[in-house]
Amino acid sequence: MSEWAVKCSGVTKTYKTGGQSTYALRGIDVAVRPGELMMLVGPSGCGKTTLISVIAGILDRDEGECTIFGEDFKAMRPGQRTKFRGLNIGFVFQQFNLLPTLTAAENVAVPLLINRENRGHAIRRAKEMLERVGLGEKVNSLPSRLSGGQQQRVAIARALVHRPRLVVCDEPTSALDHVTGERVMDLLKDVALEDGRVLVVVTHDQRIFKYGDRIAHMDDGRVTHVDAPEPANETMGGI
Amino acid sequence: MNLVALKMLVGDRMKYFALIAGVAFASLLITQQASIFTGYALRTGAWIRETGYADLWVMDEQVEHTVDIKRMGDMTLSRVRGVEGVAWASPMYYGFLNVVLPDGSRQNFRIIGIDDATLSGAPPKMVEGQYSDLRRDRAVIMNHAANVMLDRFPAEARRYLRVGDRVSVNDNEVEIVGSYSAGPEFFWEPIFYTTYSRAIFMSPTERKNLQYILVKLREGEDARMVADRINALGGVRAMTGREFENQTMWWILVQTGILVNFGITIALGFVIGMLVAGQTFYTFILDNLRNFGALKAMGVGNGRIVMMMATQVVVVALLGYGIGVGLASLTGAAFSGVGLAFQMPWQIPAGGLVAVGGVCMVAGILSMMKVMRLEPGVVFR
Repeated sequence: MSEWAVKCSGVTKTYKTGGQSTYALRGIDVAVRPGELMMLVGPSGCGKTTLISVIAGILDRDEGECTIFGEDFKAMRPGQRTKFRGLNIGFVFQQFNLLPTLTAAENVAVPLLINRENRGHAIRRAKEMLERVGLGEKVNSLPSRLSGGQQQRVAIARALVHRPRLVVCDEPTSALDHVTGERVMDLLKDVALEDGRVLVVVTHDQRIFKYGDRIAHMDDGRVTHVDAPEPANETMGGI
Repeated sequence: MNLVALKMLVGDRMKYFALIAGVAFASLLITQQASIFTGYALRTGAWIRETGYADLWVMDEQVEHTVDIKRMGDMTLSRVRGVEGVAWASPMYYGFLNVVLPDGSRQNFRIIGIDDATLSGAPPKMVEGQYSDLRRDRAVIMNHAANVMLDRFPAEARRYLRVGDRVSVNDNEVEIVGSYSAGPEFFWEPIFYTTYSRAIFMSPTERKNLQYILVKLREGEDARMVADRINALGGVRAMTGREFENQTMWWILVQTGILVNFGITIALGFVIGMLVAGQTFYTFILDNLRNFGALKAMGVGNGRIVMMMATQVVVVALLGYGIGVGLASLTGAAFSGVGLAFQMPWQIPAGGLVAVGGVCMVAGILSMMKVMRLEPGVVFR
């Protein structure tokens, strides 16, 4: 098996609107090891969101190579791609994206239901996961009854409940205050990085940079440099 | 995931109720108006249906409907009796005459004269008196439910026309000797039944008096074939009761504009219901677009999205349809006592289900297309 859980090289992506082309990714090289938390940071419009969309298989790249655990989304049929995502990827969204009419436990159970697990079993697993993120008392609460931090913890529980190998987080702390944001990152680091799981976190919140094992700095559709404090100076493709 | 879909649907109660209300409104309008239309349509042929003796009705070839008075010569009766396959044929007079009621008021009545000998063509059920009472001198029988009010009497003496009253038909005094029951009709003039000869005696002198000939077929004879033989006599047309009923119904529905008016109302109900339900459902989907995007990102394929949305559409359609048809039935029951022409045969709820199902399907498909085209990446924007 590859040393890299996520490996992208020369990835380009262009959005065409009307007669105009916008170059979102201009040849991205980035790789993430199993058990690593990689942060993608940079100013708005630099291509972070496009890159995680490509990594998570919800957006097709134009050129280049990108494999997730050795699998290339582009080589899969749409159904296979959807199934692969459901089994292997967990998502934490900036706005949490919890279904407002489902309880916390039901929200957390959604990925298991997507993977066709029995509803009773899914709810049990969801409750266990909520216990792990410290929300054992809130299993029957609707999202509207939870604080922002609690909602993000529910979202984290939802991202992890089906034991995905890759967790993609889009600005997980931007809707939270500093203290809550740090708690959420502590939790992500404690709970998510088990069993060689990979975390890719998009953020421009400098306060949480310290949680990253490596930080890929992006600008204008390119990775400009990677801070790699641990382990030392491993990059690929010149970054 | 279907349970998740249902929870998404019922979670926003205002939108959920608006959706159900839109579909229920469409369903109510479609089924209620269709039922009233059917009620009117059935009333146009009620008299033919209730005169159930005849296998064939014979009339002047230009007659369009039951009260289209175009009479035949009396010789036609003998010619029809001579047609192969006819067991018997009896004459019927049908006309309008002015009647002076006991309080002095005047009103147009339909006078129906039936065969003196056999009394065939009489109404189906007597309430007071007997058919044979028609053989009494100057006897007529009236519809028990005609409710002819004698309102020129002083207030304390006002009452409905009743058995035992004497009235003047075209200056011929007659006595009401009995009453019969019959369902409501499209035409509103009250009816007096009497014998054929007495009806002609009371009517102004005309060369032709025979409006209808009621024909009974010999056993084993085919109605269509015998009708063709009668038609071959020339100048007449023979029809089964059902054919005559349909001809009358369509003539009245088309000529009075009832068909167009009710058709427009039903179509409007369909369109308004579709717009209300479609718009509400579409808004519901737009409001949930990010959630659907999140589900797609998390691994829900388009097939399952379609199933989820189909579940939502089916629940809304069935609930709305049930409420709408229920309300339509209640309306029909509530107003039946005041003469609402309301008939809901099974075809109307079935048709309503198809129409409402169509409305919801269109609304659902439009929304589904939106969700299916949705890029899951929308959740990252």
